Amino acid sequence: MTTGVGAGRLLSVTAGAVIVLLFAPAIIVMVISFSADSFVVFPPSGWSLRWYERLFSHPALMSGLKLSLIVAACVSALSLILGIPAALALAKGSFPGREAIKTFFLAPLLLPTLVLGLALLLALQPWGLVATLPGLVLAHLVVALPFVVRMMATTFLTLPDDVEAAAATLGAPPWRVFLRVTLPLAAPGALASAALSFLLSFDETVISLFVSGPRASTLPVEMVRYVEGRTDPMIAALSAILVVGTIVIAIVVERLAGLTRAVGR
Amino acid sequence: MKSGTRLVLLTVPGVILLAAIYVWPMYGLGRMSFNETGPTGAMIPALSSKTWRELFADPFIFELTWNSIQLSVVSSTAALIFAYPLALFLFRTQSRWRGVIAALAIAPMLVNGVVRIFGWLAILGDRGLVNAALQGIGLTSQPVRLVYNWTGVTIGLTESLMPYMILALVAGFGRLDRSLEEAAASLGAPPWRRFLRVTLPLSLPAVALGWLLCFVLAMSAYITPKLLGGGRVFVLATEIYELSITSVNWPLASALALYTLVLLLLFLAAYSAMSRRQA
Repeated sequence: MTTGVGAGRLLSVTAGAVIVLLFAPAIIVMVISFSADSFVVFPPSGWSLRWYERLFSHPALMSGLKLSLIVAACVSALSLILGIPAALALAKGSFPGREAIKTFFLAPLLLPTLVLGLALLLALQPWGLVATLPGLVLAHLVVALPFVVRMMATTFLTLPDDVEAAAATLGAPPWRVFLRVTLPLAAPGALASAALSFLLSFDETVISLFVSGPRASTLPVEMVRYVEGRTDPMIAALSAILVVGTIVIAIVVERLAGLTRAVGR
Repeated sequence: MKSGTRLVLLTVPGVILLAAIYVWPMYGLGRMSFNETGPTGAMIPALSSKTWRELFADPFIFELTWNSIQLSVVSSTAALIFAYPLALFLFRTQSRWRGVIAALAIAPMLVNGVVRIFGWLAILGDRGLVNAALQGIGLTSQPVRLVYNWTGVTIGLTESLMPYMILALVAGFGRLDRSLEEAAASLGAPPWRRFLRVTLPLSLPAVALGWLLCFVLAMSAYITPKLLGGGRVFVLATEIYELSITSVNWPLASALALYTLVLLLLFLAAYSAMSRRQA
């Protein structure tokens, strides 16, 4: 028996229109990337792959891409190495000050990256770490580590306790329970965390703008500089590649942990 | 449980790292705002309130504050107006595609901000999609200026806030009881009345929370005002960056960053005071 409280036609159409609006920039970028024009003109007067060819021989953007991939890989690995033990302790431990430590781990997420970026610039400068690989990795860890801790703590909390309890009753020492039971059960969550912290670092723009320089600039920083100077379809070609890469990661995360759950709270 | 207590040791490496890359830099930011800037622009180590007095003596700061607040109020409200129907749809729909649609709605959050801004430049630019359409149907002969001004920044910012708003609203709707709407319907309330008297009031806490979240994000947004504003849009965020990187006036930049942070905290405190009075 339905009482008519479904979505309704008007609401469905409106929701569809909003989704289209949300995707409009990404879709337009895909179309423009195949443009043959020298400027961003819509609709393009002809089609070509010339902007893709140009892109792959653009030194600043290509070195930015390489640096971003390296930084993101380091950030992803380090945030997992430091974040998983901390998340495990926060989820399964019972020690005084647990709530305080949890708040401490999540605190950087509350601060605007604009403020964090400036603070990191001031802190990295005396050590000569501005515009270096270690400096960028440290700066990105400020946002990636809290994120991984939050996501992995949720993962550990939602694991069924009884399997671990069973392993412990059967005489497995705690470290063994963790390695043979807890970790395999948490593996999908860990992979999703790895993917998202990679993406978080790869996309991080504001903090990178503060701690990049002529010596080392990440891809988003090079993109901002390029778009500030001129608008031609080359950034569209790069963007199209990034959008496709993001979709692949989003699908992986959705399969492993559920995207809505992973990025929410 | 002894092992439960010893687990605290596992948090130590992370705590040490965050102390080095979060606590220490934030302390440094605060400390920097008490240094002075000399007439040549060089930084003079000091412990004085000169930089802070300089900050509040400049009327430009209040203009920037007003610009930031206006932009944030308008774009958060616009994001709410667009996101609400989608969140309501996700709440009511019984489609088996619900999960996919929900994932699609927040997927743009993962797309690099610069990519989306470039997309808006292509849509709203002088030779972009909107102007081509307007000229195609003969509404204008001259291109309408939609980017490199407040209009472009507002549109771009609204779209970038929407996934956050959708997440907040969907979480809020998730706590509602579907049967309330059904009860109202079976008691004979027409759809609009059901919405105005039942659904809307119940969703107001989520609306307030989502709006506040977006407001805070908008107040500190830098890339959108910078790139879609084309150097003609001045807000607190753009000024903080200019002071830090272009003018290299770190004491003043630090003071302005802290001022913005305190402003945001005041808004959050006002919100929690209001929501407590209502409860």
